[in-house]
Amino acid sequence: MSDSKSHDANQMTGAAMIVRAMVDHGVKHIFGYPGGAVLPIYDEIFQQSDVEHILVRHEQGAGHAAEGYARSTGKPGVVLVTSGPGATNMVTPLADALMDSIPLVCITGQVPTHLIGNDAFQECDTVGITRPCTKHNWLVRDIKDLAKVLHEAFYVATTGRPGPVVVDVPKDVQFATGTYTPPRKSDVHVSYKPQTKGDPGQIRKAIALMANAKRPVIYTGGGVINAGGDASQTLRALVEATGFPITSTLMGLGAYPASGKNWLGMLGMHGTYEANMAMHDCDVMLCIGARFDDRITGRTDAFSPGSKKIHIDIDPSSINKNIRVDVPIIGDAGSVMEDLLKAFKAEGKKPKIDPWWFEIGRWRARNSLAYKKSDDIILPQYAIQRLFEATRGHDTYITTEVGQHQMWAAQFFGFEEPHRWMTSGGLGTMGYGLPAALGVQVAHRDSLVVDIAGDASVQMTMQEMSCAVQHNLPIKIFILNNQYMGMVRQWQQLLHGNRLSHSYTEAMPDFVKLAEAYGGVGMQVIKPGDLDGALHEMIKVKKPVLFDCRVAALENCFPMIPSGKAHNEMLLPAEANDDATAKAFAGGKALV
Amino acid sequence: MNQPASAYFMEERHDPNETHTLSVLVANEPGVLARVIGLFSGRGYNIESLTVSETESQKHVSRITIVTTGTPMVITQIKHQLDRMIPVYQVVDMTLTGRSIERELAMVKVKGSGDQRIEAMRLAEVFRARVVDATNESFVFEITGATSKIDQFVNLMRPIGLVEVSRTGVAAISRGPEGM
Repeated sequence: MSDSKSHDANQMTGAAMIVRAMVDHGVKHIFGYPGGAVLPIYDEIFQQSDVEHILVRHEQGAGHAAEGYARSTGKPGVVLVTSGPGATNMVTPLADALMDSIPLVCITGQVPTHLIGNDAFQECDTVGITRPCTKHNWLVRDIKDLAKVLHEAFYVATTGRPGPVVVDVPKDVQFATGTYTPPRKSDVHVSYKPQTKGDPGQIRKAIALMANAKRPVIYTGGGVINAGGDASQTLRALVEATGFPITSTLMGLGAYPASGKNWLGMLGMHGTYEANMAMHDCDVMLCIGARFDDRITGRTDAFSPGSKKIHIDIDPSSINKNIRVDVPIIGDAGSVMEDLLKAFKAEGKKPKIDPWWFEIGRWRARNSLAYKKSDDIILPQYAIQRLFEATRGHDTYITTEVGQHQMWAAQFFGFEEPHRWMTSGGLGTMGYGLPAALGVQVAHRDSLVVDIAGDASVQMTMQEMSCAVQHNLPIKIFILNNQYMGMVRQWQQLLHGNRLSHSYTEAMPDFVKLAEAYGGVGMQVIKPGDLDGALHEMIKVKKPVLFDCRVAALENCFPMIPSGKAHNEMLLPAEANDDATAKAFAGGKALV
Repeated sequence: MNQPASAYFMEERHDPNETHTLSVLVANEPGVLARVIGLFSGRGYNIESLTVSETESQKHVSRITIVTTGTPMVITQIKHQLDRMIPVYQVVDMTLTGRSIERELAMVKVKGSGDQRIEAMRLAEVFRARVVDATNESFVFEITGATSKIDQFVNLMRPIGLVEVSRTGVAAISRGPEGM
């Protein structure tokens, strides 16, 4: 009898299956916005209390909030939006999550199956539109397939190289009744088998290179943060055991602590001089969970010319995409690092690299992050340093928007732990930080969540202040307000003859009044002397805060690898006078 | 540095292009062909020819044969990018295995009279093309073979009175007893 009873309990509508599948996959929070094609699912959500729904103000906000949630917890972010515009508004976060390997499960409503293709109200080809910006997507035309597809969606999003997936569910499928089956192994395509264990032969080759290195460097990325087990701890042990210097991409910050003695700082276009010089001059490069992106390499034909390169990545398509490597190792960064660590210790040979550290010390002494302090105006770098100091001792999570403030945050905020730094790296999505902070705060109710923002970026998703107030999410939006799209202006100055085409915001809103209008708290600081006090006040407030920090309007972000240049041709702040800048960018039409 | 002012490094790569034939086994589900084609257009890869058909209906497996060109690095990328798609079972580079047979079928319509008809028939015989339709002033030939053979046949028919050609694209299979 109990059999038939449990059978009955598994009879349910498609809408109920969606909520049930979320519960079975441990989902506690979803981010969404209702609409005609998802009303049956919203009706189910109304009648249960296992899953909490966070109502955003725009679907893009739901997507970025889910990204922040995922990145700060390691769990998938879940989004529920309606058909048509609901789905198209999700395209930016999906593309963002695909670039940065963030696990998202997005459920979209669709018009009833018999109307698909008829240009029905709020119809769009969701699977067609989202195909290139998802890891995989499904249109479920039959209630019989729904449970299996939902389970597969969670599996695909979270395993291998994580990424966003979309399940498009027509309204008639949400209404239809079928049998729910709990998650099983057989739900997944047999063709999908990510390789997690590194090849022992390749690991031996890597060890041989590492053991004999004279000028080694470890270069890590977001893959270490995403990787299984306690990959960041394994990385720290590996750095300790080898004594190698380590640098990281924007996405990988926090995997190795910024206070660690082997830390070189971030590398790449706005990375430190020592990190980029070490990359250029090294003889063995150990790349872990990074992908030789164009912001990292500078000109590829002059990238680290004298090194043997070991590349650990879970995605075979990342190997030899931009830079040819000598020892590729396909596998989960955590698992491969464990094997490397074991093998390296067994080898028992720690290379002597004192001369290399001496050279690195000379590069460090160039102090590439230096800037001129002022008593009258707040320098943006100073603002971030003070924010960092003010947040010490707090359980802090940082998100950012995209632009100069993002680079300064990466340069001047020290991250000691993984999952503490949420930023849009690959896609570079302005407007990411505010909703991402919401998602982080939902996952960590009692923590301090700060969005380091720019005045231009933050206005792209400002409406989510309303969501923060509704859900009592006391996020702190720390705006470095220079009234420019700073990074755009910087490029216009450097490359387009200082013609500042549409990069100045003439009608800036009053952020203090804006915060109050939303029911949050607004603050403004203009003088450096007032900054610390205001920061402490901001941290104390238990409400969403918009902090308008007025900073030097024309400050630029250095050091910098000019386009078309190699790592050893960086432009340092001390040298970035007009002549040197003109020379570094010579060949550009603008600077004649 | 001769590149214009840009946030990107504008590098020109001059590696020579190669032509490769890839066999791709995929789950036969809606949208799978769109995924494969979208990958090629989205990432700027070339498709010289593409054929697709279900080959194992019991298992819902289709076989896609793609002829593509690119530098060796790009060809490797294409294979990896295909292989990581969820519905793709297997990707085999038939050109690298070096032991594959590649064939294409074409139907060639030729119009003419008198000596032109005799010449067309004579050439068709040499190329082992079959006549599958004939009128008083036209033929349709069916010809199978390697791409180069079909190109040659079509070129010979052009001065005689070529009307149009329909080609299937390349299908490929490996020699010997083993499957993919």
